Amino acid sequence: MPIQVLMPALSPTMEKGNLAKWLKKEGETIKSGDVIAEIETDKATMEVEATDEGTLGKILIPEGTADVAVNTPIATILADGESAADLAKAPAPAAKAAESAPPAAAKAEAPAPKAAPAPQAVAEPDPEVPAGTEMITQTIREALRDAMAEEMRRDPDVFVMGEEVAEYQGAYKVTQGLLQEFGARRVIDTPITEHGFAGVGVGAAMTGLKPIVEFMTFNFAMQAIDQIINSAAKTLYMSGGQMGCSIVFRGPNGAAARVAAQHSQDYSAWYSNVPGLKVIAPYSAADYKGLLKAAIRDPNPVIFLENEMLYGHTGEVPKLDDFVIPIGKARIVRPGSHVSIISWSNGMTYALKAADELAKDGIEAEVIDVRTLRPMDTETIINSVKKTGRAVTVEEGWAQSGVGAEIAARIMENAFDYLDAPVARVSGKDVPMPYAANLEKLALPSAAEVVEAAKAVCYR
Amino acid sequence: MAAPKKAAASAEHDKTNGGSPPEFTREQELKALRDMLLIRRFEEKAGQLYGMGAIGGFCHLYIGQEAVVVGMQMALKEGDQVITGYRDHGHMLATGMEANGVMAELTGRRGGYSRGKGGSMHMFSKEKHFYGGHGIVGAQVSLGTGLAFANNYRSNGNVSVTYFGDGAANQGQVYESFNMAELWKLPVIYVIENNRYAMGTSVSRASAQQDFSKRGVSFNIPGKQVDGMDVRAVKAAADEATAWCRAGKGPFILEMQTYRYRGHSMSDPAKYRTREEVEKVRHDQDPIEQVRNRLLAAKVSEADLKAIDAEVRDIVNASADFAQHDPEPDAAELWTDVYR
Repeated sequence: MPIQVLMPALSPTMEKGNLAKWLKKEGETIKSGDVIAEIETDKATMEVEATDEGTLGKILIPEGTADVAVNTPIATILADGESAADLAKAPAPAAKAAESAPPAAAKAEAPAPKAAPAPQAVAEPDPEVPAGTEMITQTIREALRDAMAEEMRRDPDVFVMGEEVAEYQGAYKVTQGLLQEFGARRVIDTPITEHGFAGVGVGAAMTGLKPIVEFMTFNFAMQAIDQIINSAAKTLYMSGGQMGCSIVFRGPNGAAARVAAQHSQDYSAWYSNVPGLKVIAPYSAADYKGLLKAAIRDPNPVIFLENEMLYGHTGEVPKLDDFVIPIGKARIVRPGSHVSIISWSNGMTYALKAADELAKDGIEAEVIDVRTLRPMDTETIINSVKKTGRAVTVEEGWAQSGVGAEIAARIMENAFDYLDAPVARVSGKDVPMPYAANLEKLALPSAAEVVEAAKAVCYR
Repeated sequence: MAAPKKAAASAEHDKTNGGSPPEFTREQELKALRDMLLIRRFEEKAGQLYGMGAIGGFCHLYIGQEAVVVGMQMALKEGDQVITGYRDHGHMLATGMEANGVMAELTGRRGGYSRGKGGSMHMFSKEKHFYGGHGIVGAQVSLGTGLAFANNYRSNGNVSVTYFGDGAANQGQVYESFNMAELWKLPVIYVIENNRYAMGTSVSRASAQQDFSKRGVSFNIPGKQVDGMDVRAVKAAADEATAWCRAGKGPFILEMQTYRYRGHSMSDPAKYRTREEVEKVRHDQDPIEQVRNRLLAAKVSEADLKAIDAEVRDIVNASADFAQHDPEPDAAELWTDVYR
């Protein structure tokens, strides 16, 4: 029976890719290990090797096809003695994909698909953007890259350092093209030595340079957390205001997909606990750009928490020469009057989906993206709760001592008399992140949990 | 040096080992004496104020190690940076920071270098290029490497002098920093002040490789052991190391063999070594006595030396007086300097 070659998943978060090139033609003999095609993902171009032997029977997806979903059959290989006539015997593609790749199928349900329409579509107009501004659609990955490039053009003291940021073009392709534009003096590949290079960055910042230190993920920054907190966050205070450091620590934070406990931790609560740090965790592409630019200009150490699941998401980014969003301002992304749903970063994915669901039941949720965790825009949250009388917080991190707990406390302190129900928290479950697809999904918050919590505080 | 490519350099360095270091001029001897005396008298006064309860928390005295910072500083030029750990009063005075400001910081007063918010272990001076004063053992090594990174980035010809102890030399980030410093040819001198004890643990009980000048061997960083009790030897080694750095050849390690007379901190009874051991070093190797004896042999009068003593005592007494009478920080200071 002919063998199907399926579109491979080349990274934990890949859902689709472009079929860049076929290196074998129909009718050519193929041996196991032969490179038969090149696949382009949003992170890299990868070669596809044959795992079976035979003749390339039929190319099902022509080269140049974009956005081919993982597990789509892309070609068939005929075994010895088989001919093109046997192709009809191949099982139906959909059935094959479903039976052979359950993890990928499950994964596709987990995060919002890459091509999801920009959530800002339902948002209130952004006060930072003048009416009539032309918008461009770009991925969050591109928005981050542009923010860094613009700031590096503007200020020669800004440089970026980290693992694989230069020649590799970024482990997640966020620094793509920066080496080519700014050279090796300002785009610096470091050895794998988080503690050391975080300290080097802080030392350089103490002299007035403005480093952007990329951590491949914030999970690895735990090795560097002494330098981040003891050196970066506290020096201004300990020196009586003489010496501080303008530095950005950035990289993906929180759960990606199927990378298990050591690679899936959310550090929102950890860093936002520390005076002397600013902590930013955006959701939309425009916010990623505008807030990263603000972070780079800020004279204080800034923790910029990105989310790998969001890197490929597209959104509308204003086409302005200098689009900077002030740090410390929350944004009402969806107005509503019945319940306030407060979140940030990828938590917004669940919050916005839940708001859609709730609307079907006549509950109008006001969704607030806090965007900056420290300093936190308490006023926007409190004003919303005074209006709605009910609040739900949504975070991927653990509940105990979490940011949701902090928001709940602030609501209690500032709007206790306005509350019609106790504040509800939706969070990551109180377990290390499991690997199995079904367990991982259970460990993370879901839109359904947000809906349930919102209904509970509305006594519905 | 194990690395073949540095063999020549290493052999050259070895020639300066052993034998007497180059003589100082009379002016250099007098300056070294004065600067070392200032540190010693300052530290003795700090110990006294600690005993009176005027200084709180931890207080790590530098008595015995004065030749290291004074000799190093004599080789530096304007713009070179200094960074160290928590035994830092001597380093600050050597860079020219005012005794009043340092002592007032020890007593937690508003006239202190950190306006009373840093204390003994955390002081800084942008003006004197002193980057702290760091309380976490070894953290200053990565930070000091970062200062050198900035010098390299700016091509300003400055050198970062990064001090740490024999204890910190066992921290992991030290080697992460060595690797990057040599990889990127950063102008940093790692000065390992080997005073033989990491708090109460002797070098032999904590360190597999007790020759700290070799700690950079696997990174091809040249290193040298220096008699850290002889200010002339320190200055000569510092000249060599600064020249190496300024020539763009990368980092250099200097192991300063030195000794602290006092305990690790004020609360350390120092039961891990004998009184005789301390007395022997004091008697045979004291860095200040060495200079004083040379000056007397060179016919400098007792009266001239006493004048230096008197000048130093006046500075120290004035600083103690200032530090005890300067007001505490205003309560509003609690909330300032968290962000800028």
